[in-house]
Amino acid sequence: MTTTLSEADSKALLGARGIRFADEYQAADASGAVTAAASLGYPVAVKLCGDLISHKTERGLVRLGLLDADAVSDASIALLAAARPEDGEVSLLVAPMITGARELIAGISTDLQFGMTVMIGLGGILAEAIADVAIRVAPITEADAHEMLDDLSAQSLLGSFRGEPAVDREAVVNILLALSSVAETVEGLVSVDLNPLIISDGTPIAVDALVEMEG
Amino acid sequence: MSDPRFRALFEPKGILVAGASSHPGKFGFVSLHNILASGYGGKVFATNLEGSTVLGVECARTIEELPAGQIDLVFVCTPKGANPDLLRACAAKGITAAFLTSAGYGESGDAGRRDEAGLVALCAELGILLAGPNGQGVVSTPSSLCAQIVAPYPPAGSIGVASQSGNFVSSFLNWACATGIGISRAVSAGNAAATTVADYLGFYGEDPETKVGLAYVEGLTDGAAFMESVAAITPHKPVVLVKGGATAGGARAAASHTGSLATDDRVFDGVCRQIGVTRAATIEEAFDAAATFATQPLPSGNRIVVMTTAGGWGVVTADAISAHRELELAELPDDLISAIDEHLPPRWSRNNPVDLAGGETRDTIPVVMDLIASNPAVDGIVYLGLGIQSNQAAMMRRGRFYPDHGLERIVAYHERQDARFARAAHDISVATGKPILTATELAVADPDNAGPATVRATGRLCYPSANRAVTAMGHLVRYSRVRQRIG
Repeated sequence: MTTTLSEADSKALLGARGIRFADEYQAADASGAVTAAASLGYPVAVKLCGDLISHKTERGLVRLGLLDADAVSDASIALLAAARPEDGEVSLLVAPMITGARELIAGISTDLQFGMTVMIGLGGILAEAIADVAIRVAPITEADAHEMLDDLSAQSLLGSFRGEPAVDREAVVNILLALSSVAETVEGLVSVDLNPLIISDGTPIAVDALVEMEG
Repeated sequence: MSDPRFRALFEPKGILVAGASSHPGKFGFVSLHNILASGYGGKVFATNLEGSTVLGVECARTIEELPAGQIDLVFVCTPKGANPDLLRACAAKGITAAFLTSAGYGESGDAGRRDEAGLVALCAELGILLAGPNGQGVVSTPSSLCAQIVAPYPPAGSIGVASQSGNFVSSFLNWACATGIGISRAVSAGNAAATTVADYLGFYGEDPETKVGLAYVEGLTDGAAFMESVAAITPHKPVVLVKGGATAGGARAAASHTGSLATDDRVFDGVCRQIGVTRAATIEEAFDAAATFATQPLPSGNRIVVMTTAGGWGVVTADAISAHRELELAELPDDLISAIDEHLPPRWSRNNPVDLAGGETRDTIPVVMDLIASNPAVDGIVYLGLGIQSNQAAMMRRGRFYPDHGLERIVAYHERQDARFARAAHDISVATGKPILTATELAVADPDNAGPATVRATGRLCYPSANRAVTAMGHLVRYSRVRQRIG
């Protein structure tokens, strides 16, 4: 059996180990969410967050591009109402909107033969069909991380693209090295998903995280 | 350090064939035949129930009758049930390695798996290195040893083969026979009950007779151990590997063939990249890569020049190099272009590919090849067009006008020239420390052609197509990067 951490706890665990996320706030109710949104600046995204919630997008628990306080308030009320009893304790996550034409995914998973592995791949809605990923067994070196990026087929997507600068490869490498260290040091870890890593102005920013643990 | 008992397996001072048979279709006959026919220099003993003479070898009825301390390796062709007592008797005579061809173990259900576990435990208790069971045999050219139930016995060389499938040992050895690029050791791991492909590779890593490991695996029972063992080899020797079961359909077949656990192929691919294994998609690509590592120097960079006597070949090869992720079609520096200008008419390509455009005279090819290889802006050469004139010479020699009309003289000249060019490719490569890969389909269309025949005589592979040469060059370049990273 495995259990998943909430998005906020997942981000806290990974954030403490060198993975950078966009600033965001946790709020208990709609008015808390509006206060948080005001301090972040609009537009924002609001998500329902809880230990037992793992498929937010499929359940419609992510509201993007909210432009003002009314929109945040309405979305927050709707999200809290959509919580199911089996979701357990829930809260709202208010985050700035991160936009970019490209998305990557990164993560950790456990292979039966080789143990903990670190992964980087092309993200976005076509990711599964394209399946452009590179995997290594943890721990990885900096040279491994660079080779992982080199191994991706879609190199043209990593260069400058549709008016956006080239992907900051060093920043991606640092995320992979941080994941490798998480894989090595976190007891009972089963998997980590950083999906998506939005490439915003060339910089990869993790906007969602899901950590799966044994037990 | 790998297990010292691998010496007993690959360099035995004496061999016992247990279960020798007088029936030429049985493993117990074929293996004895192959050991004797390959010219093995150590003592050969045999046992069978009748105590008969097989191929001139007087068989003992029991192992107890044999001398102690003269045999290192037992080659077991007996039915499974006889093996426990047999192995105990072997251990008492000082035998420390056993190759088991016997079937009916882990590949055949629960009872077989229990027997295999018992076999492993018994060999551990007796201090015997267990190879197999259900394997085809072991080859070791430094000992002129062909203890196999199948052909062929390959030419001697420096490729060490280990395979989870016995038939792919034969395939690799057949490629060795066809190309002349020889083998140091080869072993079929069979069920790999105690000794795995990774263990054999570990021995090859330390074996002075072996320059490159070549392996076929279908699946792994212990990925972490595989990784650790192979990662210790690649910093000083290349390891080339083909993995069966890379697709879902292939993985199902592998599970029923060798009982291996499936792993995500993308994970395995990443492991290979991480530990510097040269992974090949096909058996011939793997052999080409191993043969290239065994015979060519490692390049220090990826800038490749195509040297050709004809346009079209060069164009297609330039395409293959440009499309290859590891390789770069070298840009010719001005000093090299002017140096080549001195030796060719103005119509030569003045670009990469270096197309001699039929402008060559007696010495042009060796001279231009040397200029290219010696230039610091070049890391390797693919040489095309060898053997064309000798191909014409062969037609003249067979035709009804030979040896008159001056044909004898021109035929001899062409063949001498092609032999010279092939030797130049070798000598210049050695002198400059850069790989020069010669490709022509004449390697298979007419292996006796003076061009490809001389490439073989220099100990190198004559690639049957430019694309195969480019793929092999890509593996050289990628591994040289591995060495720069972890060597």
